[in-house]
Amino acid sequence: MADAIDTNTGTTRADRRAEAADTGPVLASDGTPLKASLRRALRAQKLRALMLVAPLLVFILVTFVAPIADMLFRSVENQIVSQTLPRTTAELQGWESDSGDLPSEDTYRALLTDLTLAVAANTHTRLGSRLNYEQSGMSSIFRQTGRNIDDVAAPYLDNFEALDPRWVEPGTLAALMTDPDYFAAARAWREENPVGPFGGGATYDQPIRLNPGIGELLPSAAAIFRDWAEYVRVENSAVVGDEEPWSLFYLRLYQDLLNVSEADLGAYDGPQSDLLLETKRMLDQFQPVSIRDRFIEVDAGWGNPDIWATIKVYSPSYTSGYFLNAVDMQLNAEGVSMQPEDERIYGILFKRTMFMSLMITGSCILLGYPIAWLLANLPMRTANLLMILVLLPFWTSLLVRTSAWKVMLQQQGVINDILVWLGVVGDESRLIMINNQFGTIVAMTHILLPFMILPLYSVMQTIPPSYLRAAKSLGATPFTAFWRVYFPQSVPGIGAGSILVFILAIGYYITPEIVGGTSGTFISNRIAYHISSSLNWGLAAALGSILLGAVLILYWAYDRIVGIDNVKLGG
Amino acid sequence: MKAASFLMTGTAMALAMTPALAQEMSTDMTIVSWGGAYQNSQNEAYVKPYLEMNPDVSVTWDESSNEAVAKLRAMNEAGNITWDLVDVVASDAIRLCDEGLALEYNPDQLLVPGDDGTPASEDFGDLIVSDCFIPQIVYSTTAAYRPDLLPEGAPAPTSICAMFDLETYPGKRTLERRPINNMEWALYCDGVAKDEIYDVLGTPEGQDRALAKLDTIKDEVVWWSAAAEPPQLLADGEIVMGSSYNGRWFSAIEEQDQPFEMLWDMQVFDLDGWIIPAGLEPAALNRVVDFVRFATDTQRLADQAAYISYGPARASSAPLVGEHAELGIAMGPHMPTDPANSENTLLYNYTFWADYRDDIDAKFQSWLVQ
Repeated sequence: MADAIDTNTGTTRADRRAEAADTGPVLASDGTPLKASLRRALRAQKLRALMLVAPLLVFILVTFVAPIADMLFRSVENQIVSQTLPRTTAELQGWESDSGDLPSEDTYRALLTDLTLAVAANTHTRLGSRLNYEQSGMSSIFRQTGRNIDDVAAPYLDNFEALDPRWVEPGTLAALMTDPDYFAAARAWREENPVGPFGGGATYDQPIRLNPGIGELLPSAAAIFRDWAEYVRVENSAVVGDEEPWSLFYLRLYQDLLNVSEADLGAYDGPQSDLLLETKRMLDQFQPVSIRDRFIEVDAGWGNPDIWATIKVYSPSYTSGYFLNAVDMQLNAEGVSMQPEDERIYGILFKRTMFMSLMITGSCILLGYPIAWLLANLPMRTANLLMILVLLPFWTSLLVRTSAWKVMLQQQGVINDILVWLGVVGDESRLIMINNQFGTIVAMTHILLPFMILPLYSVMQTIPPSYLRAAKSLGATPFTAFWRVYFPQSVPGIGAGSILVFILAIGYYITPEIVGGTSGTFISNRIAYHISSSLNWGLAAALGSILLGAVLILYWAYDRIVGIDNVKLGG
Repeated sequence: MKAASFLMTGTAMALAMTPALAQEMSTDMTIVSWGGAYQNSQNEAYVKPYLEMNPDVSVTWDESSNEAVAKLRAMNEAGNITWDLVDVVASDAIRLCDEGLALEYNPDQLLVPGDDGTPASEDFGDLIVSDCFIPQIVYSTTAAYRPDLLPEGAPAPTSICAMFDLETYPGKRTLERRPINNMEWALYCDGVAKDEIYDVLGTPEGQDRALAKLDTIKDEVVWWSAAAEPPQLLADGEIVMGSSYNGRWFSAIEEQDQPFEMLWDMQVFDLDGWIIPAGLEPAALNRVVDFVRFATDTQRLADQAAYISYGPARASSAPLVGEHAELGIAMGPHMPTDPANSENTLLYNYTFWADYRDDIDAKFQSWLVQ
């Protein structure tokens, strides 16, 4: 790159010379303007430089940036609701959640369709756990309803059965709905491939073909019949005529029969057309029931407008809900509000994480500076020995070191025992030094200390001792010599060490988990909980994004105040 | 009901085909478990015998059960399932089942009947708490104390409420750093009848009531997050009593001769078992099914009790429980399910906690940090 810049300056100088000469553009030997020729040469150079770094760049993009971006993206992603309940969320657009009324019967019918298909695809419980993050109880409403989804429209099936028992014969329906050739072929296939002793067996490989004409006559019933037939064919190795369709089909059939005119039905002459016509004529004996009431019967939760309000609020594909949760706020039907006082936790944890990380960084500076100074100023042999002492804990397992602090600091631990033995504290008033902030700060300072000492040491090594001697010989007191001459030169080391320690501390997880108790835990412990335990990855991603943002802001502030050029990791 | 039974047949189909296609079995299996004494008991009781019967098969252990839910979800999203069989607690099994990450199965088709001929669905009974969960053992979260640390003249505690009684039993105690179990105990000791605990806990007032009860001992509680901590704390004399898994107490008392006493009162039963990840290749699935049929039969589950003090999940295994493999002591009296130990128990309420865990956990954690 240094070459490129040099040549670049060359370009401008050449330009200026050209303008000064005022004889039009300077031409290169091949006749093209010098400017263009140079630009081409430079482009090739830049490209070559890019090609050299490309493998690393691609590696970092693929293995580092992309996964992190993907994870952080989850903090706003919310497609699961509208993907699982597309019809319901569309219907809900017209419903006012603050009206206090339940949604319309049409919404409940849409829900029946969505849920029937979701149960078939086994996605309803996943949606339940997603919505449960927003409102307790959602999880079991979806699980319970999923288990009984076929009961919801069962009265329609019963009604059809009462009108004519033929309606519940799988064969009748299959003959009515499917293409006669397909039906015959499927049944013939079934004869050759009987159902095994446990059900199941081979899968029929022909996708369903509906009866020509039935789609226009009974559009909505035909659509659900197709979904159902494909589902049982692929998932259950059943073919049409083996099983009864979902009760939702009978609800659709009833609605279609209401809408279709008797004349159209009369004109239809496909299989079972007489059954259709007879049923249409007896339709006044039909006793329709409200799907809404049926849902409430299956799970009383569906009679609660709050449940619906939550579904509506969280139906858009992207949500600010996770981020709001991450700052102790909530998004509900009334809009954005603070969480109830007794559920606010993240604000406290963010503040605590920042405060304790600063404390740890500060104590690392206080403890690390003299050690680094010693290392830099002792004779080589002694310094090397000391260096090993610094590095030894660095090579020891993190868990071992943390657990050792437990043994040291606990109430019946080494330090308390010594204090009691010395008579400094009474046996009854042993100090509480672990499972609190103090324990966390002590253990983490110890663990992160090498990250402070090493950059400090490498910077201090480059400060010639003669400077201090010169200052003293010019009349400075030892303190002035240190403070005015030595210290300013070691600031880059403090900067590098502080950045390292602070950024490591802010994301620390294991040590606070083990020795932090309740007052010494960090935000990262909650992130870990949401990643591995509650599976609320959206919230974990939001918390992580905020943490990342905070670190970047601090880094920026550091750059403004101290200057990032002042950071040195080595001589 | 119909939709659910359809699903059942769908999965059962995949599983029922196994005997016919027995030749198509993969020869390696990755089994995920907890490590430590528990994984050892599984290894001794059924993995080793299975490998002896099938010398061409190799088993790889992965000690990731703690993060199984998150890892399985990540594997599923990446489309690359590298685990064949996963040992999880029942609440995680329910979560995995809800997320569609675990295979649903039909007990009577997948699992062999008990030695006495009882169909698997009856032999395991209510312990099959999820359509995906294949129970192995019953363990419990229960309390233990050190008699020598109790004040002089104090009667030996007989009730979990000793945990909340700072006057009779002063000193620190340890509880798990999560609401589950603690909230139930708090309400129970605050006078709520056992069968009403979850009704009360489902209301905001009930949650506040439980936290208020816990508040009375908050200053004296050391909160643990790994089950190994309570025995260590008790052995060091940091606490006078605490809660942990009964197996941990057992190994501290019997294997390490610690002077602890068990307090079985209001022990909370929980279950641990297998789930088969959804989306396995047929050959891998066949192998896993073959293994699971063997590993969950009556004798194998009873054998496991010789290595760890957790009760076998099959009713028919209980009479076969014998002696500890190394100590030679009868294991029966150390089982959480032993009649003498299970006079007053609670069963982890899976549906309740699946619904309320997020909410109550937020309150609990917020209460902890304040």
